[in-house]
Amino acid sequence: MIEFKDVNLVYPNGTQGLKNINVKINDGEFVVIVGLSGAGKSTFIRSINRLVTPTSGSLLVDNEDILKFRGKDLRKLRTKTGMIFQNYNLVKRSNVLKNVLAGRLGHTGTLRSIFNLYKKEDVSLAYESLKRVHIDEKIYNRADELSGGQQQRVSIARVLTQQPKYILADEPVASLDPPTSHQVMNYLRKINKEDKITTLVNLHFIDMAMEYADRIIGMRAGEVVFDGPVSEVTEKTFEEIYGRAIREDDLRGGAEQA
Amino acid sequence: MTNPKNSIADKKTIPSIYPTKTKLQVTVIFFVILALYLFSMKKTTEDMVNGLDGALGNMFRVLAKFFPPNFEILKAIWNPMLETIQMAIIATTIAAIITIPLAILSARNVTTFKPLYYITRIFLNLLRTIPDVVLAVVFVGLFGIGIFPGILALIIFSLGILAKLISETIESVDMNPLEAMRASGANTLQMIWYALVPQIAPQFTSLVLYVFEINIRASVILGLVGAGGIGLTLNQQINFYNYPNAMTIIIVIFITVIIIEYISTKLREALL
Ligand SMILES: Nc1ncnc2c1ncn2[C@@H]1O[C@H](COP(=O)(O)OP(=O)(O)OP(=O)(O)O)[C@@H](O)[C@H]1O
Ligand SMILES: [Mg+2]
Repeated sequence: MIEFKDVNLVYPNGTQGLKNINVKINDGEFVVIVGLSGAGKSTFIRSINRLVTPTSGSLLVDNEDILKFRGKDLRKLRTKTGMIFQNYNLVKRSNVLKNVLAGRLGHTGTLRSIFNLYKKEDVSLAYESLKRVHIDEKIYNRADELSGGQQQRVSIARVLTQQPKYILADEPVASLDPPTSHQVMNYLRKINKEDKITTLVNLHFIDMAMEYADRIIGMRAGEVVFDGPVSEVTEKTFEEIYGRAIREDDLRGGAEQA
Repeated sequence: MTNPKNSIADKKTIPSIYPTKTKLQVTVIFFVILALYLFSMKKTTEDMVNGLDGALGNMFRVLAKFFPPNFEILKAIWNPMLETIQMAIIATTIAAIITIPLAILSARNVTTFKPLYYITRIFLNLLRTIPDVVLAVVFVGLFGIGIFPGILALIIFSLGILAKLISETIESVDMNPLEAMRASGANTLQMIWYALVPQIAPQFTSLVLYVFEINIRASVILGLVGAGGIGLTLNQQINFYNYPNAMTIIIVIFITVIIIEYISTKLREALL
C-alpha cells in the first residue's frame, strides 16, 4: 500500500511540484494518472521511489515513511518498485539479456554483479520474463538494434526480472505509435492482473486511460483534482482536469487494431 | 494577439546564420592575429645572425655532417629502442588504470558532490600545466638517470591528458540507463559498471591507444634529458659528435613511430 499524507514538493528553483497530496493506492490496483504537461505526474510517480524527494508531509510505502530513507533502505525500497520510462532507458550497446539481468542488480552483491556471476535462477528468471513479453528470440541482440516497441518490451522484462511489488510507468507509450502503444499497455495490464503487482501509469491520452485503468487520478498544477474509479469518469471529468475542452491530440486512437 | 514569429520574414530579407555582432568580432580577431603573425615574422628574421639566408646556410652545413648514416650500430640501438617502447607501454597501462577513478570524479554528471568534482578538476588542471620534460628533469634529479624517472614522468603526463579526455567522454554519455539502474536499487558501483562502462569502453580504448602513440614520441624526448631509452642514446651520440650514428637512431625512431602509429590508427578505426 502507498499512502501520500499532506505531501508537498518544492523544487530548488521554487516550482511547487506537488501541493498537499493525500492519496492512498491499494494493493493490486491499476491506477492511471492524467494531467497536462507540467501538471506534476512525473513528480508524483518519482516521489514513490525517491528519484525526487518531497519537502514535507509523509509518504508511506508498506507502512514505512520512505521520506527519511537513505543508503541501504533506499535501495531496498527501489528493488520493490520497478520503473518503466518513456525512453526505455536501456544500455544501448549491451545485449538484451544483459539489460534484463540488470533488473537483478538490487538483489545481487556488488562483487557478484561486477564479475557477471548471476545465480542460475536469476538468468532463467530473466529468460522467462523475456518470453512473457514475447521478445525471447532477440536475447543476444544489442538493444539499439530493436524497434521502440521492442525496447519497451525489454524494459518491461527488466522490471519483471526485478520481481517488484509496485510498477511505476512514466509515459511508457509516449514515444510509440498507436498499435504498439496498445500492445505495451496490454502487457502492463496483464502483468498487473496475473502477478498482482500494483501499477501506476502516467498517461496523457484519455482514451487509453479509460481503456486500461481501474482508477484515474487527475492532476493539475501539482494538485490532485480528481480521484475515482474509471466508472465515474466522463469526458466532462477530463475537461475539468485539463481545464479546457478535449482535443484530437488528447486521444491515442487505434484501440481496435491491437 | 500579436504574432512576433513573422517579424523576420516581414522585412523580406534573408537572415544570415550568424548575428552581425559575431561576424564583426570574428573579423576583428582574424586581423589582429594576422598582424601578430606578420610582426613576429619580421622580428624573428631581424634577430637571426646574418638574417634568414645565413641561418639556412648554416643548417645545410650541419645537416651534411649527418650523412651517410652509420647502419653498423643498428644492432646496438635495438635494445634502447625496445626500452623506449617498454617505457611507453608501462606508463600508458598504469596511467590508464589510475585515470578511471580520476575521470569519474572529474565528470560533472556522475560526481554530483560538487567539492569532490572541483578538487579533482583543479588537481588534473595542475598536472597538465607541468610540461613532460620538466617532470623528467625533476625525476631524473630525484632518482638518477634511467627508465624509472622516465616512466614516472610519462605516467603523470599521460594522466593529465587521459583523465581530461575520458571525463569529457563520461560527461557526454546517455544518463537514462544510469537512472533506470538507480531506480531498480543498484548501488553506485553497479550503475557505473553496467550503464556507464559499456558506453565509454570503445572511446576509452581508443584514447588509451592515442596516448600510447603520444608517449612513444614523448619518451624519446624524455630520454634526451636522461630518462632512459633511445633518447638517452641519441643524446650521447650527439654529445660525442657522432652524427652518422645519431642519424641512424633518428631513422630508426622515425620508422618505429610510423609503424606504431599505423597499427594504433587501424586498431582505433576498428573500435569506433
Ligand atoms: N528538476 C526540476 N527542477 C525544477 N522544476 C522542475 C523539475 N522537474 C520538474 N519541474 C517542474 O515541476 C512541475 C511538474 O513537473 P512534472 O515533470 O512532474 O510534470 P508532468 O506532469 O510529468 O509533465 P509532462 O507531461 O510534461 O511530463 C513543472 O512545472 C516542471 O517545470
Ligand atoms: Mg512527466
